[in-house]
Amino acid sequence: MKQLRYLFICTVAIAIAAAGCGGGQDKAGEEKAPASGTPAADNNAAASNAVDPKGIGKFRDVQLTHPLDEAMAKKGLEIAEVKCTSCHKTTEEKLVGPGWKGVTDRRTPEWIMNFVTNVDEMLDKDPEAQAMLEICMVRMPNQNLSDDDARAVLEYMRKLDGKN
Amino acid sequence: MKLPPLLLAAAAALTVQSCKMKSTESAVGGDAAARTYVAPGKYDELYNFVSGGFSGQVSVYGLPSGRLLKVLPVFSVNPENGYGYSEETKPMLNTSHGFVPWDDQHHLALSQTNGEHDGRWLFANANNSPRVARIDLKAFKTMEIIELPNSGGNHSSPFLTENTEYVIAGTRFSVPVGNAESPLDNASYKKNFKSTASFIGIDKHSGHMNVAFQIILPGMDLDLSRAGKGPSHGWFFFSTYNTEQASTLLEVNASQKDKDFIVAVNWKKAEEYVKAGKARKMATEYYHNTFNEENHAATSEIIKEVLTLDPEELKDLVYLIPCPKSPHGCDVDPSGEFIVGSGKLAALIPVFAFRKFVKAIEDKAFEGEYNGIPVIKYEAALHGEVQKPGLGPLHTEFDGKGNAYTSFFVSSEIVKWSVKDLKVLDRVPTYYSIGHLMVPGGDTKKPYGKYVVAYNKITKDRYLPTGPELAQSAQLYSIEGDKMQLLLDFPTIGEPHYAQAIPAEKLKNQSVKFFDIAKNKHPYVAAGEKATKVERKGNQVHVYMTAIRSHLTPDNIEGVQVGDEVYFHITNLEQDWDIPHGFAIKHAATAELLVMPGETSTLKFVPTQPGIYPFYCTDFCSALHQEMQGYMRVSPKGSNVPLKWHTGGTDPTAAVAAK
Repeated sequence: MKQLRYLFICTVAIAIAAAGCGGGQDKAGEEKAPASGTPAADNNAAASNAVDPKGIGKFRDVQLTHPLDEAMAKKGLEIAEVKCTSCHKTTEEKLVGPGWKGVTDRRTPEWIMNFVTNVDEMLDKDPEAQAMLEICMVRMPNQNLSDDDARAVLEYMRKLDGKN
Repeated sequence: MKLPPLLLAAAAALTVQSCKMKSTESAVGGDAAARTYVAPGKYDELYNFVSGGFSGQVSVYGLPSGRLLKVLPVFSVNPENGYGYSEETKPMLNTSHGFVPWDDQHHLALSQTNGEHDGRWLFANANNSPRVARIDLKAFKTMEIIELPNSGGNHSSPFLTENTEYVIAGTRFSVPVGNAESPLDNASYKKNFKSTASFIGIDKHSGHMNVAFQIILPGMDLDLSRAGKGPSHGWFFFSTYNTEQASTLLEVNASQKDKDFIVAVNWKKAEEYVKAGKARKMATEYYHNTFNEENHAATSEIIKEVLTLDPEELKDLVYLIPCPKSPHGCDVDPSGEFIVGSGKLAALIPVFAFRKFVKAIEDKAFEGEYNGIPVIKYEAALHGEVQKPGLGPLHTEFDGKGNAYTSFFVSSEIVKWSVKDLKVLDRVPTYYSIGHLMVPGGDTKKPYGKYVVAYNKITKDRYLPTGPELAQSAQLYSIEGDKMQLLLDFPTIGEPHYAQAIPAEKLKNQSVKFFDIAKNKHPYVAAGEKATKVERKGNQVHVYMTAIRSHLTPDNIEGVQVGDEVYFHITNLEQDWDIPHGFAIKHAATAELLVMPGETSTLKFVPTQPGIYPFYCTDFCSALHQEMQGYMRVSPKGSNVPLKWHTGGTDPTAAVAAK
């Protein structure tokens, strides 16, 4: 399993190097949008030409409440501190994964929920998730969040982004 | 006719070659490869648990491919994953005589319900320092080890009853009860040495083991054993040798009598005697080590008494059946009606009928007593004998179609025979010197059949030579047709003795993938990086460290001094399958840790010199695995460098006084 992943990451890494982009964080940031020319991206482009902003997974329609659910956000914070904040800061700064500031503006609620509950399929097939992998170079671990856990973390992200 | 020498040599070579090819062809059928080929990515049909012998561990193979899936650490330390080295697992190997890092593991028994494998636990014996282990088949982990008092050479173990009521532990090496000192001569052996049959009660729900009672038997070697089943449920049968009661040169002195015994123990009766208060409480001391799934750590408990039963006083508890000669295997067929004794030195295989045995007791068809225990007349219990089966019969398994398969060490073969009419049906060579053999489920009421596996002692020319020490081996045969057919050879770890196999369907879906971090109750868990810290308590330094792809937190630690006991408590924050992290630190006089997702494990390090000590993750975890590293600074004793730690620039940093 691990070897497979390593192989995959290597393939992506070689493809990036071939594309002439081996650089630092800033450069990598610029590379985010195009993300084509890698074998993995080619495969997926063929599979699904239209990028689904909701990602891949069972969440198709996440109902948000206004104002946000403070109790749920608190639970989300608790889960995040065990399972997420080793790699994600709550600011814009990238640690292992991207900072969470503004994530609820960049992504749909469904995409976030699908990504954290369906990590491997998203990393293998979703173009946006793959683009992030090329920047971060570490596959986001599947932290086995339950649906409720994922929803709570989403609420915490909304709170961080000042949503109401 | 005269041939030129060169041509002669060529002809000779050809002959030799064609000879070899012929024997290979006759030994291995044309479709053997197809029948053992498991394509990449496909699962095997069966899990095969194989005893590791002098390796002390248990190996797990897939059948029919013979692929090694895992080595389970049980009785020996395992630096590969820190078993016996981590603070949490050290207590597993505690005994009444201290920490013992090794044992000799011979036999395995899968737990049963209604006489069939139920896929819950695997029991393993330790022959040298007498113990029995319970392995959980969800996590594939040794959960419990219990020591046996009044025992030497726990060989006739860990065979079990049809509902796993008891796991048995019988002594191969008789010893004086209470481990008293005694002179070493035959007179002293006869007087002071006893063999014991310990019945380990198994809790139906948790699997927890306790020594329910011990039956104290005359000094002799209890070699192997099997529980009765079906009609014979309630009885346990042991083979014996050295009923001559010799303490020296057993090769000769224990081979004097033409018949030794099958010892039949009525354990239901024993339960009644215990309930009626007929058991004697005896002071002793033995260890019971249990691994706790919630706090990921083992603890040792010392037990100070054991209940004993004396069959010389308590009649109708134990009977002896004469059995030719120095029997090794003692096997009960799936119906529970027939008991097969395999006399290592006998030229025949006696088969006893349980029905006749019961009748012989009713009729008092005894030929006398042995140390106060009634001996039943051989013919009264005998169903019949398999004549001229081969040389050196050792063990017998069954296929559920009325056939028995017996291994022959001296003549290196498996012989198939009919239980009903005792006729030899087929024989195949093994390469070489087979010990145990195993039919999947062949010891249960409902054998799975299909294969028989030979576990061989000698491989000589079977594999590429590797110096004086060669691998031992397993050989897989098909038993689907009338004739047995060799399909595959594969080398094994250690020395394989008995084995068990179970259909993959019964186990694979219950396999634990990771431990839930929310349920981790380890006293030093760091559930999230926010909980990481370094604490000093006198000369102990406790590092609450986390691991996740791909960094350790904290990864810079200062303020540790020479002579401190540094405990690295590593919590793996991952919650995904197959993502362990490893941990090792330079110059630590111990093995690495391999920490499973959601688990906490502790490495103890006592630095002896000041300096910088790098530490790192030892298990390749991600593209940035090489970056998963850190440093500990060790200062001279009494230094005023304050205790501080961090990971990255802005992460929580703390500093307290060094003292």
